[in-house]
Amino acid sequence: MDKMIYLDNAATTKVAPEVFEAMKPYLLEEYGNPSSAYAFSGRIAGKVTEARDKIAGAIGAKEREIFFTAGGSESDNWAIKGVADALKDKGNHIITSAIEHHAVLHTCEFLEKRGYEVTYLPVDENGLVDPKELEAAIRPSTILITIMFANNEIGTIEPIAEIGRIAHEHGIYFHTDAVQAFGHVPIDVNEMNIDMLSASGHKINGPKGVGFLYIRSGTKITNLIHGGAQEYGRRAGTTNAAGIIGFARAAELAVSGMEETIAYESGLRDRLIGRILKEIPYSRVNGDLKKRLSNNVNICFRFVEGESLLILLDQKGICASSGSACTSGSLDPSHVLLAIGLPHEIAHGSVRLTLSKETTEEDVDYTVETLKQIIDRLRGMSPLYEDFLRKNHQARA
Amino acid sequence: MSQVTEYSEKVMDHFSNPRNVGEIENAAGVGTVGNAKCGDIMRMYLDIDEDQIVREAKFKTFGCGAAIATSSMATELVKGKSVTEALTVTNKAVMEALDGLPPVKIHCSLLAEQAIHAALWDYAEKNNITIEGLKPPVNDIDETEEFYQM
Repeated sequence: MDKMIYLDNAATTKVAPEVFEAMKPYLLEEYGNPSSAYAFSGRIAGKVTEARDKIAGAIGAKEREIFFTAGGSESDNWAIKGVADALKDKGNHIITSAIEHHAVLHTCEFLEKRGYEVTYLPVDENGLVDPKELEAAIRPSTILITIMFANNEIGTIEPIAEIGRIAHEHGIYFHTDAVQAFGHVPIDVNEMNIDMLSASGHKINGPKGVGFLYIRSGTKITNLIHGGAQEYGRRAGTTNAAGIIGFARAAELAVSGMEETIAYESGLRDRLIGRILKEIPYSRVNGDLKKRLSNNVNICFRFVEGESLLILLDQKGICASSGSACTSGSLDPSHVLLAIGLPHEIAHGSVRLTLSKETTEEDVDYTVETLKQIIDRLRGMSPLYEDFLRKNHQARA
Repeated sequence: MSQVTEYSEKVMDHFSNPRNVGEIENAAGVGTVGNAKCGDIMRMYLDIDEDQIVREAKFKTFGCGAAIATSSMATELVKGKSVTEALTVTNKAVMEALDGLPPVKIHCSLLAEQAIHAALWDYAEKNNITIEGLKPPVNDIDETEEFYQM
């Protein structure tokens, strides 16, 4: 394989050279534990505070409202379980959506088994939550609304500001899983009335194993990880100084280059979507075309199955992912594709291609040409396509 | 996704270069098994001569890498066998011939066995004969109308 075209940037991203350089001294030289008393460690504590400040600035928060974690999943778990526990005397009802990441969905299911009640709001055919429906789902016992900022599979950006306003008006905490959105779309926690926000380093060219939970001052939330007094006594565990410093550098780069990245990526995204829909029959795009992450392409190809498609793409040097059941180890295809109303058999034939600012027009065109060949080949082997053609033929005759 | 690393070389070979893809016109027996909802449909065509020997086998499959590889291997294994011998091409035999399958993909080999049985059943019915040991196929194919309305 001469060249690899990496189109799975929603899964993870490459660490930017600037990020790696920023982290390096804190792995090789300044390796001290920031909680220690001596000056050697004190210097690092100062750098961690600086990083916290940078991250806070990226979402309009205060430095003391940022709590570093091991990643998006931990942040989601903390926000949901933490509020559920802290407000258990006030109520037991949580509102979320059907298309959340499993870090949110499985946490909600965990709470359901422990007596909490959860409303999973449906979404429309583009994956959008209806704020009116959300408002109607609010009960006197509702203690938390948790709706993702942008969907990881289909890239749909939810009406977060509107949801935040509703939550605020009803005096209910609002958490958003912004793992796919942080550093990709502008976020202001005050303007959007967000009380808690989860984010992760490795989705924005930062390192893996570091994330944060933003918690608005005054929010009642129980700790999740118990132990030492790190993170202002809210989250135990030796401070991941290098990871945090790298994450902050990545956030800085993402925010300062955001406008340019969005313009560049969405141009390529629309070229990719446009060419596929035009040149490959019986394909459809999943997710909202406008309220969409700038790097997300999600397409269903009828009569073919996603895993076969991914292996053949891989053989041509293209890394992608699919909502097919075969790639998840279960019999059901993606819960997101089912929630937007796709029948199982069509959801099996989906592919997600997520671009980065390193993706080129040449990569996009190569991907389209490769897809055309692969889809042709798989359809040639597909009994569903055979039946479809026969049916069409009979209909015409 | 880690399927590629979990597949044996033989599975990858039969997936990348599947044998006997296609249709047989006026086939002696045709069988379709599987369920599009679960993501696998296999159709097998058999050409069987007067001596009840499988002369030709072809397939079409909608499914994952393992589904395509097991279809390909199953067609290879039934060719040249008598209709009774063809029943020895079990899911185990297909799996062994492919040097094994990842645990979550074992159902694909079962589907291959069912496809052979369904095609043989079709042949037996058309010719009004009984193949000893052959049971009616489990046909759970579900091609809902909405599939055609995208």
